[in-house]
Amino acid sequence: MAGPRWTQLRRLSQGFFLLLFLALLVLTALRPLPGSASDIHLRGPVRLFFEWDPLVALSNALATHALYRGLLWSLLILIPTLFLGRFFCGWICPLGTLQQFLGSRPSQAKRGKQRIESNRYKHWQTIKYVVLLVGLVAAFFHSMLLGWLDPFSLLVRSVGLSILPAANSAVRAALAPLEHSNSALLARSGAILHDILQFLFLDFRQPHYAQSFFFGLIFLLLLAASLRVTRFWCRAVCPLGALLGVLSRWSILGLKKDLAHCNNCNRCELHCQGGDDPIGSARWRKSECMLCLNCVDACPEHSLSFRFFPGADRSTQVAGPDLGRRQALTGLAAGVAAVPLLRADTGQGKSRDPRLIRPPGALEESGFLARCIRCGECIKVCPNNALHPALSEAGLEGLWTPTLVPRIGYCEPSCVLCSEACPTGAIWQITPAEKGWVAGTAARQDSLRIGTAFYDQGRCLPWAMATQCIVCEEWCPVSPKAIYLHEAQVIDAAGNAKTVRQPRVDPSRCVGCGACEYACPLQDRPAVYVTNIGESRSPASQLLLNRT
Amino acid sequence: MDNLPHKREMPPAPPITRRQAMLQLLRVGSVAAGAAGLGVWLSERSARPVPVAAGQARRDHRIASDDQLPQMTVVQNGEPAALARQALENLGGIRRFIARNDVVVLKPNIAWDRTPEQAANTNPELVAEVVRQCWQAGAKRVIVTDVSCNEPRRCFLRSGIQAAARAQGAEVLLPDPGNFREVEIGGVVLKTWPVFTPFLEADKVFNLPIAKHHSLTGCTLGMKNWYGILGSDRNRLHQQIHQSLADLASFMLPTLTLIDCYRVLQRNGPTGGNIEDVVLKKTLVAGTDPVALDAYVAKAYWDLDAAQMPYLQMASARGLGMVNFESLTVKVSDLA
Repeated sequence: MAGPRWTQLRRLSQGFFLLLFLALLVLTALRPLPGSASDIHLRGPVRLFFEWDPLVALSNALATHALYRGLLWSLLILIPTLFLGRFFCGWICPLGTLQQFLGSRPSQAKRGKQRIESNRYKHWQTIKYVVLLVGLVAAFFHSMLLGWLDPFSLLVRSVGLSILPAANSAVRAALAPLEHSNSALLARSGAILHDILQFLFLDFRQPHYAQSFFFGLIFLLLLAASLRVTRFWCRAVCPLGALLGVLSRWSILGLKKDLAHCNNCNRCELHCQGGDDPIGSARWRKSECMLCLNCVDACPEHSLSFRFFPGADRSTQVAGPDLGRRQALTGLAAGVAAVPLLRADTGQGKSRDPRLIRPPGALEESGFLARCIRCGECIKVCPNNALHPALSEAGLEGLWTPTLVPRIGYCEPSCVLCSEACPTGAIWQITPAEKGWVAGTAARQDSLRIGTAFYDQGRCLPWAMATQCIVCEEWCPVSPKAIYLHEAQVIDAAGNAKTVRQPRVDPSRCVGCGACEYACPLQDRPAVYVTNIGESRSPASQLLLNRT
Repeated sequence: MDNLPHKREMPPAPPITRRQAMLQLLRVGSVAAGAAGLGVWLSERSARPVPVAAGQARRDHRIASDDQLPQMTVVQNGEPAALARQALENLGGIRRFIARNDVVVLKPNIAWDRTPEQAANTNPELVAEVVRQCWQAGAKRVIVTDVSCNEPRRCFLRSGIQAAARAQGAEVLLPDPGNFREVEIGGVVLKTWPVFTPFLEADKVFNLPIAKHHSLTGCTLGMKNWYGILGSDRNRLHQQIHQSLADLASFMLPTLTLIDCYRVLQRNGPTGGNIEDVVLKKTLVAGTDPVALDAYVAKAYWDLDAAQMPYLQMASARGLGMVNFESLTVKVSDLA
């Protein structure tokens, strides 16, 4: 064949989509264009990979009986897969690319015979179909557990909330001595380098995320596994790969083996990515093949080729997943049991953690959990570093869903970036006007609220320590302010009468943004704090009978 | 595979020569001596950690007073740029304040994520006009910056100041947490505090606050704008707001103060948000006496006397200006 080989094209495509993924991840941040002074919006199609993800679309459809904005694009992957097979895994998926790149490094532990042996089809490759079944059944019961294992959720969580912040911190630490150097030349070049890196990927300020270390650790362990076992994640766990594998059952593109020329040299097996046995002496596993085309390249006899309608039969290929009835039943049963089991836990209904503060626009909790895929896009995009992956706040079922930590960052009144970044509508897209915190006109009664602030009068300076303060009132962004001041006569330690202004919250005006808690000078345990009561998404969690 | 140790036949070790033995002793000996030396040196260095001494840095950017010219001017009924032009002209022209090759830092209030109409930040057209005039006077660099309260990127963008100042060629610097320097404020309550470095390296500093309501001091004007040069947890300053305002005012002495009263936020300050709280006054108050300016604006828009504003008394007692603004030469212009 003239021109570039298919495997070279494949590498090009993989590189392109990996870079695209990273670029979109970096753009998932407040990176405003200079000059745009009005409302601030996200730039670039940052949700692209989620919108392409048929697994997200299918589970969203199962859980909500609808498809959220943009998820229809997943047909762009789904329909070609029906005809061609798992080209997405081999040509596009950035997580696959990373694993393939690492897995094809020369390795002391995996070479020659061992690698061939390890690359042969293994029965544990059916685990991913069980994972998929469990996830889809859970989605049917309105719980998006699949998000824990969706490859893009995993990638954004790992790279966005762990690897990038770590790189950010390392680069800043390396630049600091340069920038603060006494030599003007060094300092200048440090500043220029900083500007360039800032333009490319550095965050405006160093972000920190709860559990960041573990996200990084999980990710690095996964990559390390691919050094030992070719594409371990894709072959064993990935539910998206499983879904695409199922879809490719009737695909018309397939491997044609010229058995007459095959001398079982194993070269195809040596380079096989999917563990799908392209070798002549075994049956080809169609649902495992990622169309990387390594085998075609590797065959010295040119006896392998991909053809439309290759005319394969049961003796030469296994079309569908090798999932026995028992395993399928186990998967179904596990999926059926998972959701009720998780919801029997206390986290959900009866004793919701008062500090579980969902971002503005978040749906009512059951609707939220039916959509949130724990991808961390909202957490990554929050310009105030206010959102963090929950550990126990949302119960076991809500692990890694977003929660606002006002002590670290408050919800910026006119910002709606998290709702723009959310791919599934767990945080429904809202406009600043719908959020209603800075209407520009009279305060609105129907503005979104994410919680209510309360005072700890034993710690508040004017309440407990005869000291003037009011920083909380100063920061309160709603108008009229939800924090009002009342002059009180207090006695200080010396016995002198003093007048201080003591702050109080008007719960009918408070939106729960947490600016007061963020600004409170009592850094360790603020004297004003927000809990989720009064959040507008939960009719059952209100404190006022009427909002005036 | 053939270089794995268990596969190789171990040949008998040859006896070492005296020369090899000496060299080996020399190598080991020098590492040992090095380790001992390094250890002693490091243990000598050990000292209880003390904070880095802060640089003494009172910033006096004032210019010589001129009896022929007014110390204060009030310009009314104009658009922000026209107000600024007239005010600078009344005070003797921009060249009186800026010399050739000066590094000028303009300090508008860019504290909040608010639009110009909400009047929580300084008017962008006013800032742009002052930038333009600074270039006319031959400034080397014109820097516009502030240490915002809300998310700085949003504040700089939505206040319109970033776009307006950049359009006039100013350097707009967002506060970078790595770019603060611990300095001696030398005040009564403010001892040392981190200050945003551009304010420490300027030749001239213009204060461009906006007049707003504030619950603790009645209103926030020129002196309170200096909170925005500080880093760290400045939320503790409110405990002794008057003393800390006076301390800051005697640390940072501006070349010129222009108090933006084009739109005045009269309630729910300093954040505001509701345009019903904003009153269009179309006024600019400018001058070289920061105390008198604050006293005048407080009286004019909130009917507050100096007696109700202890920080003005303190600043006046420290010789930073006159509380009694009536005793100054004031030039009033009406552009209508």
